Amino acid sequence: MSSARATSPSIRQRLVLQLVVVAALLSGLLYLSVRTVADAAVETTQDSILGAATTTIADELRGGEDGIEVDIPYTAFSMLGAIGQDRVFYRIMVGNQTVTGYDDLPAPDGTASGLEPRYYSRPFRDVDLRIAAVSRTVLVQGRAVEAVIIVGQTRQGQAAIVANMANRAAALGLGFFVVATLLSILTAGTVLRPINRLAEAVGRRGPQDLRPIHRDAPRELAPFVTALNGFITRLGGALSRTETFIAEAAHHIRTPLATVRAQAEIALRQTNDDATRTALRSVVRAVDASARSAGQLLDHATVVYRTDQRTDERLDLGALTRDIARAFEPTADLREIVIALDVPVDPVQVTGDRLLLESALRNLVDNAIKYADPETQVDIALKLGDGRAEILVCDRGRGLSGVQAQALTKRFQRGENVGDVVGSGLGLTIVNEVAQAAGGSFDIVNRKGGGACATLQLPLS
Amino acid sequence: MRNPAITAVLSGLLICWAAMVAAFEIEEDTLFAGTGTGGELRILSTTDTGIFAPLLRAFQATRPDVSIRYTVASSQEVYRALYDEGAGYDLAISSAMDLQMKLANDGFAQPFRGAAGFDWPAWAHWQDRLFAFAQEPVVLIVSRAGLGDLPLPRTRQDLISLMRDYPDVFTGRIGTYDPTLSGAGYLFATQDARQSDTFWRLAEVMGGMHPRLYSASGAMIADLQAGELVMAYNVLGSYAEARLDADAGDVIVALEDFTLTLLRTALIPQQAPSPELGAAFLGFMLSPAGQQIIETQTGLPAIDESALAAGPHLRPIRLGPGLLVFVDPLKRERFLEEWRAAVQQPSDQP
Repeated sequence: MSSARATSPSIRQRLVLQLVVVAALLSGLLYLSVRTVADAAVETTQDSILGAATTTIADELRGGEDGIEVDIPYTAFSMLGAIGQDRVFYRIMVGNQTVTGYDDLPAPDGTASGLEPRYYSRPFRDVDLRIAAVSRTVLVQGRAVEAVIIVGQTRQGQAAIVANMANRAAALGLGFFVVATLLSILTAGTVLRPINRLAEAVGRRGPQDLRPIHRDAPRELAPFVTALNGFITRLGGALSRTETFIAEAAHHIRTPLATVRAQAEIALRQTNDDATRTALRSVVRAVDASARSAGQLLDHATVVYRTDQRTDERLDLGALTRDIARAFEPTADLREIVIALDVPVDPVQVTGDRLLLESALRNLVDNAIKYADPETQVDIALKLGDGRAEILVCDRGRGLSGVQAQALTKRFQRGENVGDVVGSGLGLTIVNEVAQAAGGSFDIVNRKGGGACATLQLPLS
Repeated sequence: MRNPAITAVLSGLLICWAAMVAAFEIEEDTLFAGTGTGGELRILSTTDTGIFAPLLRAFQATRPDVSIRYTVASSQEVYRALYDEGAGYDLAISSAMDLQMKLANDGFAQPFRGAAGFDWPAWAHWQDRLFAFAQEPVVLIVSRAGLGDLPLPRTRQDLISLMRDYPDVFTGRIGTYDPTLSGAGYLFATQDARQSDTFWRLAEVMGGMHPRLYSASGAMIADLQAGELVMAYNVLGSYAEARLDADAGDVIVALEDFTLTLLRTALIPQQAPSPELGAAFLGFMLSPAGQQIIETQTGLPAIDESALAAGPHLRPIRLGPGLLVFVDPLKRERFLEEWRAAVQQPSDQP
C-alpha cells in the first residue's frame, strides 16, 4: 500500500542538519577563541619585551650636576627585533621637555609608574603603535626630577604571528567541522535505528495480526508502543464486538419474524373469513420481506466487515458455483424455472474469502430466479480467459428497464420495474462490494430477447 | 685636530655643483645619459662612481631609455639629504647601516616587493624597505715593508701587544676612521665597542700612537701604499682588495677574534620622484644577474650566506632596531666623547 501522503522533513535530516549547524557554530567558536587567545598571548609576550626594553633604558638613567644622563643600551632596542621586524620609536622626557628621541611620540594619559610599565596603543605618524612607559626619579643638582621613558613599537610581527595562528586555527576548525559532520551522520543513523526497526516490525504485520507489539523499544518510544498496543487491543475488541453483534442481530430479528410467520400461517389455515385470510396473507408477505431484508442487511454488514477482516484462501470456483446452484434448485422448482449449469469439470482456482464469494453468488442466483418469468431457464456459466474467471448469470424476465448497473449497485436502490417482487435493494450492492474486495469487477446488462445478464469477474490465482 | 692631509684629500674630492641646489655636500655627480624617453633615475650613494659604474651600465643595457644621475656623498650627507632636506632621489645607497636603518624606521623608505618569487635572506633585509646588496668584511691592512720583521697581528690582542712593544714602529703611522666625521667609521667603532671590551683598550693604545684619522677608506689605502702608514684599522675590505697590491707586500688581515661584516644597503626614499625606476634598479641589483655583476665587476662581494658560514670570525652587523641606539644624539655624543677621551691623548691637543 503506497500512500502519497505529504511527509514532513525526516527526523534524520533534521537531526543531521541541527548537529551540523551546531558543529559549524562550535568550529567558528573554536577558530575565534584560538585567534583571541593567540592574539592575547602574543600581545602579552610583545608587551613584556617592550616593557623590558623600556625598563632597561630607565635603569641606565643617571642624575648628575649637569642634568640627566642617558645611555641607551644596545640590547634595549635589539631585543625589540626578537619577534619581528617592527619599527621602534622612543622618547625620554623630563617634565614636558624631551631629552632625546621623538618629541611627538604620545605620552601616557596619566602618570607613568616607576614599578610597572604602562602599556597603551596610539596612532603615531603613519602607523599604530603599542607603547610602554616607565618613570624614574633621579637626582639632578640635589633635586628629585621625574623622567618618563616611552618606547613604542609597531605590531606587524605580532600581526604576522597571529595571522599564522589564525590560519592554523581555521584549519583546525575546518577539520573539527568535517569530523563532527561525519559523526553527526553516524549518530543520526544510530539514534534512529530503533525507530526504523519498530516501524519495520509494525509494517511487516499481516492485516489480521492484532497481537500486541512485544519489542524492546527505547524508553522514549515506550509510550508510543504502549499507546499502539492499547489501540490494537481496542481495535480487536471492537471487531469481535461487531462480529458478535451481527450474529446476535441476525438471531434476534429472524427468530421473532419466524414465529410471527408461523403464527400467521396457522391463523390462515384456521380461519374461513376471506377478509381475514387476505389480511393474514399480506402479513405473511410483509414478514417474508422483512426477514429477507434483515437477512440481506446482515449479509451486507458481514460483507463489509469481512472485506476488512477477510480470510483469503484458495478456492475452486467451479465447485462453489455448483453448490450454490444446487442449493437454489428447490426455490427454482417452485416457479418451474430450470437452472442450466455450464461449469468446467477441472477446478478453477481463485483466491478469496469463501463466505464473501458464497454471499455474492447466492445474491446473483437469487436475483436471477426472483426476476425471471416462470417456466423459463436461468443460465449459469463459468468461463475462463485472460487470467480471469467469469461467472455469467442470465435470466429471461423483465430485464433492467433502462436503469444502469452502477445505479443498481447503490445501497437500497432497486429497479423501477420490480413491482410485486420482494427485495431490499442490497443484493447487487453486496455482489459489487465482493467483486471489488476480491480485485474483480461486476456488471449487469439487459439480455437480448428479454431478461438480464449479470457478469462477475474474478482474477485467477 | 684635523689632519692636514685629510683636509687636502677632502677638498680635492669635494666638488660643489652649482647646478645642484642642494644644501648637503656632494662629492661627485655623474650623468649616464640614456635615450631620454624613460625618464631619469636619480641615485644618491656613498659608493664611488668608479666602483658602481659597471652595474649602472649593465642596468642601462636593459633599460637604454633611462638616464641615470649618480650622485656620491658621504653617508652623513646622504642621511641628512633625505631626513632633513627631503631631497628627491629614487634610490639611496649607503654603507652607514645605522643611518639607513633610521631612515627606514622613521618612515622615509618605500616598500619594495620585488618580482614574483623574490626571496632575500632574512638577515639581509629589514621589512620590505631596506635591502642589503653587498657584504664586505671590515679589515686591518698592513704594509709588510713598514712592519719589518714583526709578526702579522691575527687578533686585536696581538695588535695591542705589537703597539705596546714597538711604539716607535707605529707612532704616527697608524690610520683609522674618525668616527666624528665618517658615518661608516662611527658605525664600525660602535659595533666594535658592542662586540668586545677590547675595543676601548685598543683605542687607548692606538691613541698613544698618535693615529692619523681619516674619513674614507680610500685615503687610508693610498697613504699605506705611499709608505706613510704601517697599518690602517677598520678599512672596507672591498676597497683594500681592489687597490692593494699583494706583490708590494701589503697584506689584508681579517682579525680572527672577530671581523665585522658591513652590509651595503639600499632603500627607495619616500619622496622619490620616480620610485618605479628606483624599484627597477633595486630589483636589478638584487637579481642573480645583478649580484653576479656586483661580485665580478664592481669588486663588492655579493650577498652570500655560505661565505658567512665559512668564516666563523665574520660578524655581520645586524639590520635591526638595535642600530637605532647609536643614532640617538645623546648616545652619539656620549660615545664620541668617550672615544675622544681614549684616542686623543693630551699631547694631541693643539
